Amino acid sequence: MTTREHDASVYEQVQESSEFQELKRRFRAWTFPMTVAFLAWYLLYVVLSGWARGFMGIKLLGDINVGLVFGLLQFVSTFWIAWAYAKHAEKKLDPIADKLRHEVEEKAK
Amino acid sequence: MSSTTLGMILFLAFVAATLGITFWASRQTKTAADYYAGGRSFTGVQNGLAIGGDYMSAASFLGIAGIIALSGYDGFLYSIGFLVAWLVALLLVAELMRNSGKFTMADVLAFRMSPRPVRTAAGVSTIVVSIFYLLAQMVGAGALVGLLLGITGDAGKAWTIVGVGALMIVYVVFGGMKGTTWVQIVKAVLLMGGAALVTVLVLGKFGFNLSALLGQAAATSGPKANPGSFLIPGLKYGTDAQGLAGKIDLISLGLALVLGTAGLPHILIRFYTVPTAKDARKSVLWGIGIIGSFYLLTLVLGFGAAALVGKDAIVAGDKAGNTAAPMLAQAVGQEIFGPVGGTILLALIGAVAFATILAVVAGLTLASSSSFAHDLYAHVFKRGTATERQEVVVARVSALVIGGLSIGLGILAQGQNVAFLVALAFAVAASGNLPAILYSLFWKRFNTAGAVSAIYGGLVSALVLVIFSPVVSGSETALFKTADFAWFPLSNPGILSIPIGFLCGWLGTVLSKEYNAAKYAEIEVRSLTGVGAEQATPH
Repeated sequence: MTTREHDASVYEQVQESSEFQELKRRFRAWTFPMTVAFLAWYLLYVVLSGWARGFMGIKLLGDINVGLVFGLLQFVSTFWIAWAYAKHAEKKLDPIADKLRHEVEEKAK
Repeated sequence: MSSTTLGMILFLAFVAATLGITFWASRQTKTAADYYAGGRSFTGVQNGLAIGGDYMSAASFLGIAGIIALSGYDGFLYSIGFLVAWLVALLLVAELMRNSGKFTMADVLAFRMSPRPVRTAAGVSTIVVSIFYLLAQMVGAGALVGLLLGITGDAGKAWTIVGVGALMIVYVVFGGMKGTTWVQIVKAVLLMGGAALVTVLVLGKFGFNLSALLGQAAATSGPKANPGSFLIPGLKYGTDAQGLAGKIDLISLGLALVLGTAGLPHILIRFYTVPTAKDARKSVLWGIGIIGSFYLLTLVLGFGAAALVGKDAIVAGDKAGNTAAPMLAQAVGQEIFGPVGGTILLALIGAVAFATILAVVAGLTLASSSSFAHDLYAHVFKRGTATERQEVVVARVSALVIGGLSIGLGILAQGQNVAFLVALAFAVAASGNLPAILYSLFWKRFNTAGAVSAIYGGLVSALVLVIFSPVVSGSETALFKTADFAWFPLSNPGILSIPIGFLCGWLGTVLSKEYNAAKYAEIEVRSLTGVGAEQATPH
């Protein structure tokens, strides 16, 4: 085991630092609204599947209808959100998180 | 050579290869971190494949293809919930859990709370969810293998379940997380390869014209009066005959699918097998890519079976449509390459399906035995005084016991309609585990009473609602057809039990004064920065 027991006060100091607060804000400001958005988008799809079957059945191209395209769009949005989150985390979160981690580990030595 | 003989040979090759891996892994497994978390030494890509392997169960491979083949669009609806769910895991759970936990889901909860009650609750919930899921897979195995490998009669099916169970026990007891993860990786590659091959052949038959495939599927297998309805929602879930309750049931199912994944114990422990939170992120990204592509393949497989095999032939093979994918493999192989091609493809897909069941049951056994040993034995019974060695021994013994138990239950439940157990496992995970995990990661005020209330509240409400629902009594497809004590109209409890779980967690918290600011500071800083996170074990 390589976990070291740190003095809890170190964590409280880090937690109060403006850098950590910025990391927390960037994390929550991106993931929380996005979670609400993709859940709403998914629920819209499920609700339309239950109550708007005429709309889902409108043919767009041959036998390909709105329902199929709507479903495929859920795949597209899922792939896109996953990719966008990875970019956001790499650019906006990882640098601060890495810096803070090094600082705390230095202090603990 | 018949397809059952060839299928048996391919399957035995898979068993031989995975037993070799297990033997190798057993020699590498020395510490608790090796046994529970594969030494945290898997790469993001490897763990991503293993996530796919753990998640793409027989229910999602054969089950979804079967639902699409028989009921058209509604099977697609099911797979979308399974996929979107991964965003909850990616955005809110995977990295933070990797940073703040050690071996089980309870590690994160127990971090800033009174450990014994919280670990007891989390351990109970983990074991209940895993055993439900396991039982559904075991019963499915008996039925499927009977069809795929030509084993008939109750005794033959019972022996199949014993065989599957014995292999699963060997993987878990000897291979631990390292062996089980490699089994998942091999299975994921085989499953993707097999499904992709059949998909390309099916699409090729229709000149890569999706519309032509859909049109023929609807004409061949759709309702005679209205073939077009095969391509829109409503033939299986929320049918017009079921009225409003059916449509609300559909929403309830959707909620449990999308919120349950990030609370499934066998999925959560996957995040501990990689060295850092960044690797956990990468593994979920790979997992999403693999699982999403796989469900796109099952869309073609399902409609392909509807078009080329036809509903009547599929129902004659299996009422629930579980053999649609293998039957399609045979039909398309035969049309393109002649009878030998059909035999080979059927054998291939049959062997892949068997490998799928085996890998998923191994993952579930590992999750439940880990939680028993690490949470209940080491921290609740022994109050943290057990040595690492004792803990691993108990984990192995409990894998044996849980494996034996599921073999016994699997044989007893043979022929019963237990498919609802998978949906129930998702509902319990979404109603009990997810609120507890999210509150402990994000809510400062959350405490012991809150965690315990969320888990038991969600677990009990989901169980009670299912016991009094039409899947257990009072309907033709119920577990007990002759009794009728169903007062809850929905088959899926999620729409009520998920809010109850969150509400119990909130209420339990505000009614208790306990609150530890220093510990919250620690988990918040650790979860977001990775300070003090468990490291990979050097070999």
